Amino acid sequence: MNQYWYFFIFFVLTFAFALGLILFVALVRYKRHDYGDKYLPYECGVDPVTPHAREQYSVRFYLLTLVFIVFEVESIFLFPWAVIYDRLMIFGFIEMAIFVVILVLGYVYAWKADALDFRRSFD
Amino acid sequence: MSGFIVSEIIIPVIKSVAVALFPLVMTVVMIWMERRVVALIQSRLGPNRVGFEGVLQPIADAIKLFFKEDIMHRGADRSLFNLSPVLTLFTSLLAFCFVPLGDSINVFGYTINLWVAESPVGLLLTLGISSISVFGVIFGGWSSNSKYPLLGGLRSVVQVLSYEIPIVLTVLSVVFFSHSISLVDIVASQKAEGMWYAFYLPVSFIVFWISAIAETNRAPFDLPEAESELVAGFHTEYSGMKFAYYYIAEYTHMVLASSLVVILFFGGWLPPFPNVEALSFLGYVPGFIWYLVKIMFFLYVFIWIRATFPRYRFDELIRLAWKWLVPLSLANVMAIALVRSLG
Repeated sequence: MNQYWYFFIFFVLTFAFALGLILFVALVRYKRHDYGDKYLPYECGVDPVTPHAREQYSVRFYLLTLVFIVFEVESIFLFPWAVIYDRLMIFGFIEMAIFVVILVLGYVYAWKADALDFRRSFD
Repeated sequence: MSGFIVSEIIIPVIKSVAVALFPLVMTVVMIWMERRVVALIQSRLGPNRVGFEGVLQPIADAIKLFFKEDIMHRGADRSLFNLSPVLTLFTSLLAFCFVPLGDSINVFGYTINLWVAESPVGLLLTLGISSISVFGVIFGGWSSNSKYPLLGGLRSVVQVLSYEIPIVLTVLSVVFFSHSISLVDIVASQKAEGMWYAFYLPVSFIVFWISAIAETNRAPFDLPEAESELVAGFHTEYSGMKFAYYYIAEYTHMVLASSLVVILFFGGWLPPFPNVEALSFLGYVPGFIWYLVKIMFFLYVFIWIRATFPRYRFDELIRLAWKWLVPLSLANVMAIALVRSLG
């Protein structure tokens, strides 16, 4: 039968295990006791400075994620190319070399623009 | 009709349970092994009280975590906080669906393949499914609504983003030789070749192994849970069974990473030098045993590396990925393509 039927069985079983175990433990575990400041967020013993952790701050890696998407899309192109590579040979190499050169140009630009470095804005 | 039920329902269910239990059993073994080996390397004793030489210590830990009070602070996002450990464990177990644990065997006249399912794109599916579990880490860190988990979760995003690319690019270099993205076919092609791919692709193997350590959040790349900076990182606010879920998921990822290294570069269930006549007696050992020995070796290397290397700083970690491993693996892929096209 279809291999994805086996995948479906495995999917259901692992999901049932992951969810079922935590529900079972919810029945047997020690019940909650509320006292004092027990249910405050953990900040090394002092009261939290701000009520919410989700303050505004600079997420430093948004440029990295853009470069990441470029590389991931590129790797999707590379996989079918690699599978049938022995039939393409030198033609396939030149084709992909042009593609990779364009990619590397962008990569060099990102490097020069400090997108790959994490320490830029601290100085 | 009954034959249909046996072969399409009963055997797949038994196989699925066995394959899902495999990483869990390995987790139990690894918890004991990690603590004992690290203790050995650091000239300590490690757990040696519960059972013979402390082998029952993981069971004792599990029983403790079962009954432990489950703490969730008032500001936390209830549903996400409860569901993200489930997501992490679920997807890390699910990734084992396409991993072949051994060759086909005959039991009571039925031919049983020691993998749950085979897909022509099994390798990509395995990488993809195991990457989903990082969402559990991010959601867990975010929904905790506490500063250390949030930072740990964000770090985990960058780390997975950065090291995903070297992994995909090094995996690609194996595909040149195997002409297939199915994990079963990759092992079969190593049998046809008579050689493990690690001997053909040493650079790919090393880059893959470094990236695999980073993807599993293990030392020296355990920045999302760096205890000297972030208390416990993304699971600071977790306790009891939900904490255990993250713990199990981490070990499951280690088993998965070792499995992938073994399958891609060390011949999966094959004995060493499968086509050499003088060593053919090694073929009488079941394939699953070879696979187990190989992944135990790599799990040991995980522990060994953890005990040996100091932790990276975060900007160094990002720089290592983007300025060394990405260009290196891309150049590696193009070099292999050039060599293969020339002859």
